[in-house]
Amino acid sequence: MDPVRRVAGRALPLARANVDTDQIIPSHWLKRLERTGYAAGLFEAWRRDPSFVLNDPRYRGASVLLAGPNFGCGSSREHAVWALRDAGFRAVIAPSFADIFRSNALANGFVPVELDARLVEDLIEAVRMDPSTEIVVDVDRRTVAAGTIAGSFALDDYARTRLLEGLDDIALTLRHDAAIAAYEAKRPEWLPRVR
Amino acid sequence: MSTLSEKIWERHVVRRAAGEPDLLYVDLHLVHEVTSPQAFEGLRAAKRPVRRPDLVLATMDHNVPTNDQRPEEISARQIDAMARNAREFGIRCYPTGDPEQGIVHVISPQIGLTQPGMTIVCGDSHTSTHGALGALAWGIGTSEIEHVLATQTIWQTRPGTMAITVNGELPAECAAKDVILGIIARIGTAGGNGTVIEYRGSTIRALSIEGRMTVCNMSIEAGARAGIVAPDDTTFAWLEGRPYAPKDELWERAVDEWRALATDADAAFDREVTIDATTLRPYVTWGTNPSQSVTIDQRVPDPESYREDGQRDSASRALRYQDLRAGTPVRDIAVDAVFIGSCTNARLEDLRAAGEVLRGRHIKRGLRALVVPGSMRVKKDAEREGLDRVFREAGFEWRDAGCSMCLGMNPDILRPGERCASTSNRNFEGRQGPGGRTHLVSPAVAAATAVAGHFALPSDLS
Ligand code: SF4
Repeated sequence: MDPVRRVAGRALPLARANVDTDQIIPSHWLKRLERTGYAAGLFEAWRRDPSFVLNDPRYRGASVLLAGPNFGCGSSREHAVWALRDAGFRAVIAPSFADIFRSNALANGFVPVELDARLVEDLIEAVRMDPSTEIVVDVDRRTVAAGTIAGSFALDDYARTRLLEGLDDIALTLRHDAAIAAYEAKRPEWLPRVR
Repeated sequence: MSTLSEKIWERHVVRRAAGEPDLLYVDLHLVHEVTSPQAFEGLRAAKRPVRRPDLVLATMDHNVPTNDQRPEEISARQIDAMARNAREFGIRCYPTGDPEQGIVHVISPQIGLTQPGMTIVCGDSHTSTHGALGALAWGIGTSEIEHVLATQTIWQTRPGTMAITVNGELPAECAAKDVILGIIARIGTAGGNGTVIEYRGSTIRALSIEGRMTVCNMSIEAGARAGIVAPDDTTFAWLEGRPYAPKDELWERAVDEWRALATDADAAFDREVTIDATTLRPYVTWGTNPSQSVTIDQRVPDPESYREDGQRDSASRALRYQDLRAGTPVRDIAVDAVFIGSCTNARLEDLRAAGEVLRGRHIKRGLRALVVPGSMRVKKDAEREGLDRVFREAGFEWRDAGCSMCLGMNPDILRPGERCASTSNRNFEGRQGPGGRTHLVSPAVAAATAVAGHFALPSDLS
């Protein structure tokens, strides 16, 4: 996973609440065996509407997505993060995230920016007024800034370190191999083993 | 002083350090064909083995056809990959055609692999289903699948705790599905975010294990990481004698331990909600998220009746997508298709409830109706009771096990504009196929609706 210190770029004001992962990437895209190649599936159904914001040329090239609360609810599909990434996004700013989406994002160096709802609204308004507005997400300092709008977002220390250092979780965990083996040695006998 | 889920959590901590999430041990890892190929690919690339193949079970359920049709080429590739990965990494897999194959959340409890006090993960958000037996079970993404395969552990930040207490006798014609739809209507799609919901109270205690699975299954629809019910005599009676359940002296020891898992009387939850079961009615969702529901006696709501902007917008968008008019009585809404299936409602008890309504009746002419058992074992058990005949004679298609029309990634999909009464768990836009319109209901309501051609209760049928 590549480290990420900072995401800076223009933003797409999606501005919808409860965006579920079936909308982000519909299930028929989940038949692929790869971690890439999902860009064309991003918001596939909504994109059929020519007036959908993703079709608006003024927002082309955006790397930050602005959304309403409970972003990424529903299915556990990590493909949702892969699709956003493949389409050029590096961060989503929303008042809240569904749990699994959030952990999937962190596992891919994709920044889930949980920001106060008022500030998200301000950002959406600013970007709608001027689509060239640049938003800067600073992972290190946990801040978001765009013109005169500035605020800080919630991100626990561990998640922050993972993003900043782009750590390979598995390699990290395998360092605790002795602790895992010790735990295994004392698991109750009745626990099932698949035959 | 701790809650059930906290006790299970504590028993699975492998490593705890300040400033880090906990590293938890995973007792059982369930795998299916759709979210796992990239994880196995990752292991292969890093030349890592699966640490505990004996704690992993795989099946094929999401994209498999449930009739004698062959999977199209891309699905076939994914199905082949599952079989190949299982072989290469030494994992037990129940492929299509196997008598144990079925929806991952149906097969594990049914063979007794899901047991109280266990930690269970799966690359699927409805893993919360297993909480019905008192296991702490949650859905994970593909990177986490790879991590669990390699280490049998997972990093997790401690969730919050939420108690939902449901007391009182369920009114006639109300099922477990109506309990959970009623809960979600009340707390909303993010009401459980960041928490494990423990379902408590006399109504929950009176539910069968199948019914508790229906409730726990949809915890994720309220945003919760997991749902759980404390194991009790109903749990033990259900589990005893199943192939993977402990035997003899081990069984006795296990049951003693399991009894001690209950939430302490003085333990506090971060949030508590109480629901009076006697006020519940059969629910029908009208919108495009599972909290957008009314009881069958009500009308499609007017978006203007919502005070909050976000809710108003989402209600009017939902009505447009669903092609519904505010004020329409729910019973006046006609459907084109009925789907009885999914990990929410495709166990034997669900098929019995639907079958009872359909016995001696026929579905409305022109309607498309599918019943898809949750597992091949459920199918066989149902056939032993003659339920297959009841469904067939009523005009339903009787299928093999799989996710089928729950998610629109296999041949069973709604056509654009088609309206479906479905016993599944998600009514998101396009969930059952692009442009399809989903209404979530219980199995009995689905069956009555199939007969009437519009939303109906069994007691509405003459
Ligand atoms: S039945 Fe539906 S919800 Fe359940 S595992 Fe299959 S696709 Fe997911």
